[in-house]
Amino acid sequence: MYRNLTIRQKQIVWAWGFLALPVIFYVVIRFYPTGNAIVISFQNWNLLGDRTWAGLENYKKLWNDPVFWKVFQNTFLYLLIGTPLSLILSFVIAYHLDKLRFMHGFLRMLYFLPFMTSAVAMAWVWRWFYQDVPIGLFNNILAGFGIPQIAFLQSTTNALPSVLAPAVWAGLGFQVIIFMAGIRAIPTSYYEAAKIDGVGWWTVLTQITLPLLRPTIVFIVVFSSIGFLRIFDHVFNMTTNNPGGPLNSTKPLVLMIYDTAFNGFDMGYAAAQTVVLFTILLVVSLIQLRLLRSN
Amino acid sequence: MVAAPDVPRASSDALLNAQPAPKSRNMGQIIRWLVLFFGGILMVMPIAYMISTSLKWPHEVYNVNLIPEEPTIENYTFVLEDGRFYWWFVNSIIIATITTISNLLFDSLVGYTLCKFRFPGRTIVFIAILSTLMIPTEMLVIPWYLMSQSFGWLDSYWGIMFPGMMTAFGTFLMKQFFESVPDDFIEAARIDGLNELQIWWTVAMPLVKPALAALAIFVFLGNWTAFLWPLIVTNSVDMYTIPVGLSGFGDEADVAWELIMTGAAISTIPTLVVFLIFQRFIIRGVVMAGLKG
Repeated sequence: MYRNLTIRQKQIVWAWGFLALPVIFYVVIRFYPTGNAIVISFQNWNLLGDRTWAGLENYKKLWNDPVFWKVFQNTFLYLLIGTPLSLILSFVIAYHLDKLRFMHGFLRMLYFLPFMTSAVAMAWVWRWFYQDVPIGLFNNILAGFGIPQIAFLQSTTNALPSVLAPAVWAGLGFQVIIFMAGIRAIPTSYYEAAKIDGVGWWTVLTQITLPLLRPTIVFIVVFSSIGFLRIFDHVFNMTTNNPGGPLNSTKPLVLMIYDTAFNGFDMGYAAAQTVVLFTILLVVSLIQLRLLRSN
Repeated sequence: MVAAPDVPRASSDALLNAQPAPKSRNMGQIIRWLVLFFGGILMVMPIAYMISTSLKWPHEVYNVNLIPEEPTIENYTFVLEDGRFYWWFVNSIIIATITTISNLLFDSLVGYTLCKFRFPGRTIVFIAILSTLMIPTEMLVIPWYLMSQSFGWLDSYWGIMFPGMMTAFGTFLMKQFFESVPDDFIEAARIDGLNELQIWWTVAMPLVKPALAALAIFVFLGNWTAFLWPLIVTNSVDMYTIPVGLSGFGDEADVAWELIMTGAAISTIPTLVVFLIFQRFIIRGVVMAGLKG
């Protein structure tokens, strides 16, 4: 049978043969669960009892839930602080590191090393740093200078930036490497032309380097925004005694989803939250792509 | 591959450095180097303190000195003798290894097929796989949990691994790299009488080894540090992966920070060592994956 097929037909048979298992995987493990999550978001279900249709009830409940709005605000705070901060820091580091030859590889390694760590492990390390005197490193250092100690994780205002810091720290090295690759991809003829025209470094930076780095910047902004909107590991591990605390001041959406689904077993409500997360990620990415890609 | 990114660099180096260097310029470079050096030292401080504290006796933990006065491996002996870390370590190794192999095989097979074959449905399959990049894992964990529950996958290796056996990111990355494999090679192999599976494995795969290595690094690291899904799907302490185990251990150890730091070090040191050995290679892989993926 197979022998009688034309070369083109044989190719089609091979192609679908190769794709059969992966296509089943993507349908069963990606597409079906996506649909399932959306369906469950319109149901009431506590895992044990029956599933009952709830219409928009879960979404209405979410809209009227003050915790959700707090969580919503936190999630965007992580994004709005984390993304610009890591973008600027990583660009400044990459820009200057690119101009150095002496021990370049060693310096690059120092900045990249945190990227190779596990978020859970480092969350615990930073958690220790943040403890009060006489335990925590930061407060011990402050005490050494005679500065009163800071309540990093116990204060509702300090906790969120404190939790965010290790997340920014861990992601920085990756962004530095990507930025350096982007800077190196800029053809030197642009710089040579600028040199001939005698323009200053600031003009070179703002008129040549940054505009030509636009694709790199778009990539880093979208990539890191998605990361900050989905923050979970750091928050969970730095606040295990009261996840998302104090007073929900650090709780991001993913932690609320985890809590609702696997501590509260309110699957319908949790699924509605995941649909909201999905929508946020989609909208934020699309807005960023549109804003940053245009002209 | 190594030389390519350096080519434009060489001439811009000439531009930036190989001119009659004025003194202020040299001064500027020294200051730039020093600032970046101290910044870099600050960056690795959390890792350094983690390792340092894991080597300290409990009474010294509250000291801010980086070098332990009397270094001890007592904490490691204690944590490892407890036995649980040993299992978590083994679990993490097994899970990350199997998932990595699966991704290398399937992502590259799918990437290759989408790149080099012309067949009805190709565009649809490609767009469908690509579109899954937009679906966050967090949206899928509830259905995955229900699925695992009904199939009895909860609290098993397969349960931890199944969602990550293939990734759209890896497929897309591999597809991009197979573009650089000339069609003539494949055509020649066909004339030599190799079947399509042999062509993929013996002709195409060896040509994209750097991409496979980059993918392997990403998948392994991703699974080694994965937290949310393993936390959800495992119940028994024996099935925990290192991050899940460490999270519970941290709570239990309470104020024994030297033990928590030891656990954290055990989970971090393997990836750090791998990085230090294959540094250039890994950074190149990260750039490739970041720019092409």
